[in-house]
Amino acid sequence: MNKMLNLSSNPHIRDEVTTSEIMRDVVIAMIPTTLYGIIQWGFNAALVVILTVAFAVLSEYAYEKFMKMTITIGDWSAAVTGLILALNCPPDIPVWIPCVGAVFAIIVIKMLYGGLGKNWMNPALGARCFLLISFAGKMTGWTVVGPDAMSGATPLAFMKAGGDMAKVDLMNLFLGRIPGTIGEVSKLCLLIGAAYLIIKKVISPKIPCIYIATVAVFTLLFGGHGFDINYVLCEILGGGLIFGAFFMATDYVTSPITPKGQIVYAIILGVMTGLFRLFGGSAEGVSYAIILTNIIVPVINLKTIPKAFGREDEK
Amino acid sequence: MGVTTFKGGVHPYDGKDLAKDQAIVELKPQGVMVYPVSQHIGAPAKPVVEKGDHVLVGQKIAEAGGFVSSPVICSVSGTVKAIEKRLTAGGAVVDAIVVDNDQNYEAIEGFGQARDYTKLSRDEIVNIVKEAGIVGLGGAGFPTSVKLMPKNIDKIDYFLVNAAECEPYLTSDYRDMMETPEKIIGGLKVILSIFPNAKGVICVEDNKPDAIKLLSEKAQGESNIEVAALQTKYPQGGERQLIYAVTGRKINSSMLPADAGCVVDNADTVVAIYEAVCESKPLVRKIVTVTGDAVAKPGNFKVPLGMNYQEIIDQAGGFKADPEKIICGGPMMGIPLFKLDIPVAKNSSSILALLHDPVSSEPTTACINCGRCVEACPENLVPTMLMKAGLSKDTSKFAELYGMECIECGCCSYVCPAKRPLTQAFKQMKRLVNAEKRAAAAKAKAEAEAKAKEETKSTEEVKK
Repeated sequence: MNKMLNLSSNPHIRDEVTTSEIMRDVVIAMIPTTLYGIIQWGFNAALVVILTVAFAVLSEYAYEKFMKMTITIGDWSAAVTGLILALNCPPDIPVWIPCVGAVFAIIVIKMLYGGLGKNWMNPALGARCFLLISFAGKMTGWTVVGPDAMSGATPLAFMKAGGDMAKVDLMNLFLGRIPGTIGEVSKLCLLIGAAYLIIKKVISPKIPCIYIATVAVFTLLFGGHGFDINYVLCEILGGGLIFGAFFMATDYVTSPITPKGQIVYAIILGVMTGLFRLFGGSAEGVSYAIILTNIIVPVINLKTIPKAFGREDEK
Repeated sequence: MGVTTFKGGVHPYDGKDLAKDQAIVELKPQGVMVYPVSQHIGAPAKPVVEKGDHVLVGQKIAEAGGFVSSPVICSVSGTVKAIEKRLTAGGAVVDAIVVDNDQNYEAIEGFGQARDYTKLSRDEIVNIVKEAGIVGLGGAGFPTSVKLMPKNIDKIDYFLVNAAECEPYLTSDYRDMMETPEKIIGGLKVILSIFPNAKGVICVEDNKPDAIKLLSEKAQGESNIEVAALQTKYPQGGERQLIYAVTGRKINSSMLPADAGCVVDNADTVVAIYEAVCESKPLVRKIVTVTGDAVAKPGNFKVPLGMNYQEIIDQAGGFKADPEKIICGGPMMGIPLFKLDIPVAKNSSSILALLHDPVSSEPTTACINCGRCVEACPENLVPTMLMKAGLSKDTSKFAELYGMECIECGCCSYVCPAKRPLTQAFKQMKRLVNAEKRAAAAKAKAEAEAKAKEETKSTEEVKK
């Protein structure tokens, strides 16, 4: 034996999963809905997706290069942010707008707070809300889908305006033949991606399920449609709830880490979404609900620290 | 009965196939034997031999240095060559008795004589165990006789034989169960004769169905002995996890198993008790698994205490290629070795040699708050938060977050996708908290003494 032996603290073996594999899985899970959006809406949607991801990754690279930090774009997290932001944009948006958003998401929301793991707000959603405020008209200009599909407004806006419920076809909502952002419309594709993440144990269904259930209960109670399952399903499938619940509310960095805290967080998300949707100015509420609840996550964590094994009975 | 498992834990690659079917082979050392005086928890033993003395197999060469201590027994015959500082597996350099082995294995009188435990009183049995130098052979090395003398002996209703062997790669307990099941049952019967109200439970993970079957057959007809099949999951053999899995009772860091009516001992320790009480053989051997992908012929060996690690590896067939890392114990909690010139001690463990050390080759990245460590922690802690307290050396925050409950099992570091050294940080923080506690206690004591001095002075002055 001529070599020096390695020394380190236990454990001496490690699980194979790495941060970059997890982030790559999130990107893989969004491929079905991305493809659906591109096929449904065409060239501009494809351009938005490619450029937003590119700008997100490049701005992280440029920032780290400029600040003489280790380059971390290999961990795929910037790509995840860029892709989520792109999928949250309307298909016909001028491409420079999401590109500005990508730079804002990475530089302002993520890197200035210390990079991966340190940001207290979901970068993609923070940037989306920044764009919604800055370019309100362009961020809510919806593209009409097919002759037999609904036209003009998203299903949620249509219902909020008091539209005839009979005209809403649940199957169109589920498959994605409705106006909306590039990645939020096809619930089928989103659920395929979500199932992939759950099977790969990247996310737990806990937060999404409680979140969606809370929205369902809230709209049932306060929606003003009585006990109308059809209406509740429209609320669940009509907007960005499925996308938000499975891909954004489950963001590790900005959601609570304690088991109880995750339940509290999901319920608050549901109530906030319901409030924004039913009593707010806009028909949508998922993005704002998530970024506003992100703010109180540290408090939720602190208040829900579990008691250690064998110390459950103490004060 | 309990729930057969616990919350949390991990499922690492178990590597047991390498050595599990290799029967135990007895090794005879050629080189000098080294017996550290501190190979247990508690006060070091005091040597009772001198340089030049002739010693025999089974002879006591160092006596217990206190109540929580254990004597050291010679495993060969020969001449005491020196009493000097020697390196041990844990990295400490301690006094050790060095014996030149004369290869005759001449034993003390009565060594190996059969003895009927039913004719012995409780105190006699405990004394035999104490004088035999028996300590927990699972790795901690707590003197077994102390465990057999809890305050409330009638309240002990479970004696658990820890044969979970949840550490990957290790197979020595499994071989014990397969080859000498009657000694485990026998040792358990000896122990149960001390605890009138206790039920004996042999706890085995369900990845060893043949051992469970064999022990169940051997235990047939024993009304107060049963075999519990536990879910295979690391750290199932952790004392607190084991007690919870079998009895549903929970203990924390400030409690002893006896507070939950339990006494827990490792399977090989129970075999050692049997050999000491029924065969008049004090603790002079240890079962060691030599395994890992760097080992030419993985196997299980019965080695005399004091034998050199290098010699064990040589006799076992050596390495097939240079290992990157050699571990004393399992890969989850074992101690890495930087040289092999160390003796087998009661509290040292198996030898695991790995060709590739994944820990050194993977960079640590930022915590992404994924929560895998929270899910894996068998003590229900939040390792990410503890890590923050650890990085800022905030001992009060660390203690407030229940950091002192950490059992250092390594699950959090194992699952971390960012490869952060969580367990290492907690080990350091626990020592820091304990050091602060000791310093505070010492300060309080000094102040109290100074105050008492002051008071006597003033009363003396008043008297004057």
